[in-house]
Amino acid sequence: MSIPLSWYLILAAVLFCIGLYGVLARKNAIAILLGVELMLNAVNINLVAFWRYLDPAQMGGQVFAVIVLAVAAAEVAVGLALIISVYRRRKTLVADEIDLMKW
Amino acid sequence: MTADKVIFLLCAALILGSALMVVLTRKLIHAALWLVSVLFGVAVLYALLQAGFLAVVQVVIYIGAIAVLFIFAVMLTRRELLDRGPQTRSNWWIAAILALLILGGLVFLILGQPEAGRSAAAIPATVDTLRNLGMALVSPSAYVLPFEVASVLLLAALVGAVYIAGIGKK
Amino acid sequence: MNFLNDPINFVASWLHGLLTGWRLPDGLATVIVYFIGIVVLVIFAMTLDIGLVWVERKVVARFQDRLGPNRIGPFGLIQPVADIIKLVIKEDITPAGADKIIYNIAPVLAAMSVIALWAILPLSSKIFGVDLNVAVLYLVAAGALGTLAIIMAGWSSNNKYALLGAFRMVANIVSYEIPMVVTLLIPVILADTMSVQGITQAQSGMWFAILSPLAAIIFLISAIAELGRSPFDLTEAESELTAGFNVEYSGMKFGWFYASELLHAFTYGGFMAVMFFGGYGGFFGLETIPGFHWLTNPFVEALVFIAKGMLGYWVIMWIKYSMPRIRIDHMLAFNWKFLTPLSLVVLVDTAVLSKLLSGLPAWEYVLGMFLSNVIIAVITVEILRGYGRKQRLAEERLPAQAVHN
Repeated sequence: MSIPLSWYLILAAVLFCIGLYGVLARKNAIAILLGVELMLNAVNINLVAFWRYLDPAQMGGQVFAVIVLAVAAAEVAVGLALIISVYRRRKTLVADEIDLMKW
Repeated sequence: MTADKVIFLLCAALILGSALMVVLTRKLIHAALWLVSVLFGVAVLYALLQAGFLAVVQVVIYIGAIAVLFIFAVMLTRRELLDRGPQTRSNWWIAAILALLILGGLVFLILGQPEAGRSAAAIPATVDTLRNLGMALVSPSAYVLPFEVASVLLLAALVGAVYIAGIGKK
Repeated sequence: MNFLNDPINFVASWLHGLLTGWRLPDGLATVIVYFIGIVVLVIFAMTLDIGLVWVERKVVARFQDRLGPNRIGPFGLIQPVADIIKLVIKEDITPAGADKIIYNIAPVLAAMSVIALWAILPLSSKIFGVDLNVAVLYLVAAGALGTLAIIMAGWSSNNKYALLGAFRMVANIVSYEIPMVVTLLIPVILADTMSVQGITQAQSGMWFAILSPLAAIIFLISAIAELGRSPFDLTEAESELTAGFNVEYSGMKFGWFYASELLHAFTYGGFMAVMFFGGYGGFFGLETIPGFHWLTNPFVEALVFIAKGMLGYWVIMWIKYSMPRIRIDHMLAFNWKFLTPLSLVVLVDTAVLSKLLSGLPAWEYVLGMFLSNVIIAVITVEILRGYGRKQRLAEERLPAQAVHN
C-alpha cells in the first residue's frame, strides 16, 4: 500500500464539494438527494481510509461506515417517499415551489 | 508508479468524472445512472483499502437498493422532468464559489497535517478484519448500541416511508 | 505440483515463468497471467452457455413430448451455432427515441452480472476464480447489477411495454431477494463462514439440504423468481406485456439477454449445489476410504460439480415447463405473506438450534435439525390449510347470503 493517506482524503474532499454544489445548485428535489448521497459517500471514503491507515485492528471506521450506509438507506427511503407524496399533491418537484407548510 | 496507484487514479477519475456528471447533467435519469457509476468506483476504492465487506455491501445496498429506488422515483415523477427549463438555480455560481472555497479550505487542512503523507502498514495475517467487524457490531463492549439503534431507525424509516408514500384512504 | 493435482496453479506458474523468462517485470507478468485466467474463465462459461441452449431446447422438447432440434449435426448439437449465426447476421435495430447509450450498455451489463458470478463459483477445490471471504454477499451484489440492467433496458427502449415489464420484473426481483438473502444466511450459520470453499468443505460429511431442507426449497423458489422464470416469468406474459423489458432488442443484443438468462439459471443450479448439496464434494466421508481417494482429484470434483449444477438447472427447467404463470399480485403476496416470514422462522430456528445442539453427537445433531424443519413445515401447512378453509367457507357463505337477501 504505497498510496499516501492524503490522496484518499483529497478525493473525498473533492467528492464532498461536488455533492455540496449539487445540493445547493440543483432545482429538482430528487437531484438534491443525489447530491446528499455523493456527500455521504465522501464521508464513508474518509472513514474507511482512516480505519485502514491508522489501526486496522480497531474496527470503528468500518462500523461507522456500515451505520452511515444504514442511515443513507433510511434517508433515501423517507426522502423519496416525501418527494413522491409532494409530487402527487403539487405536481412539482422544484424545491423552491414547495414553500407551503400545509395545503 | 505501482499497480495500486494506477488503480487508485483510474478509480478517482471515474468517481470524480461521474460525480460531476451527476450534478451537471440535465436528464435526471442520467444523473441517477451516473450516481451508480460513482458508487461502483467507491466500491472499488473500498476493495483497494482491503475492506472487502464494505465493497460488497456498497454494491448490494447502494446500487441494488438506493440507486434502484432513485431510478424508480425518477420514473414515477417523470412527466414533469422532461428537461423543462434550466435544471439549476439562477444563482448557481454562488453555490459553485462556496463549494470551491470549502474545497480549498479542506485541501489546505489536509495538506497541513503532518500525518497526511503516511502510507499504510500491511494488515498482519493474524488480524481477520471480517470477523473483527462482525464481533465489533455485536459485542456489548464495542458498537452493539449504535448497531441496534440503526436497526430501529431502519424499521422506523420503513414504516414512515410506507405511511407517507402510501395512497391514504381519505 | 503437477497438472493433474493442481491444474490452475501449474499452468499459471508455468506461464509466469515463461513471461518472466521473456524479461517482463514480475508485476506485469502476474497481471498478464491473471488476465489470461479471466479470459479463459469467461470463454469456458460462454462455451458452456452454447451447450446450455441445446440442453434447454432438448429438455423442454422432452417435457412437451416433442423431439427438439435434431436436424443439424448429431442430435441437433450444431443447432446453437446456427442460432448464433442467425442472431449475429440479423438487423440490429435501435428504436427511434431510445436512449442510445443506455440501450446499448444494458445487455452488456446483464451478461456481466452473470459472468461476474463465475468468479466465485468453486468448480473444484483447486479450480476456482477467487475464494472471497464475503462470497455469499458477492452473489447478492451481482444480482443487484442484473436488476440495474433490466431497469436500464426497460427505460431506454422508449416503449411502454418494456417499461412496465421492467417495473414488474424489478419489483419481483427486489422482493424475492429478501427470502433469498435470509436463506443464504443459513449455510453461512451452519458453516460458520461466508466463503464458498468453506461452505463446501463444511458439507463434506453432511449436506445442508438435509440439515435444513426448508431453506433449500425456499432458496430454489426465490432463485427461480430472481431468474424471472416460470411460474414467475411475468415479463414474458405475452398477452399483457408482449415480451417484457427486452421487447425492443433484436439480433445479438437480444442474444445477450437470452444467453445470460440461460447461464444465470445454470449458475444458480451451481450455487444451489454449493450452498445445500455439498458443491464439488459432499460424498459423506466416502473419499476418506482407501480406494476412493480419486474422488478428490480436481477434475473429478469439477465433473461432480457440473453434474450437480446441471441437476439443479434441470429442476429449474422442470418447474419452468410444467407450471402456469402466477399473477403479479399473487406473486408479491406469496413472497411477503408466506415466503419471507417462513424464511425468517427457519433462520431463527437454525441459528438457535445449531447453537443448542452443537455439543451433541453428529447423528443427534442432524436428526434434531431435520426434525425441527419438519415440525416447521407441518405447522406452516396446518396454518395454510386453516386459512384456505376459512376462505372456502367464506366463499360458500357468500352465494347463500345472496339468495337469502
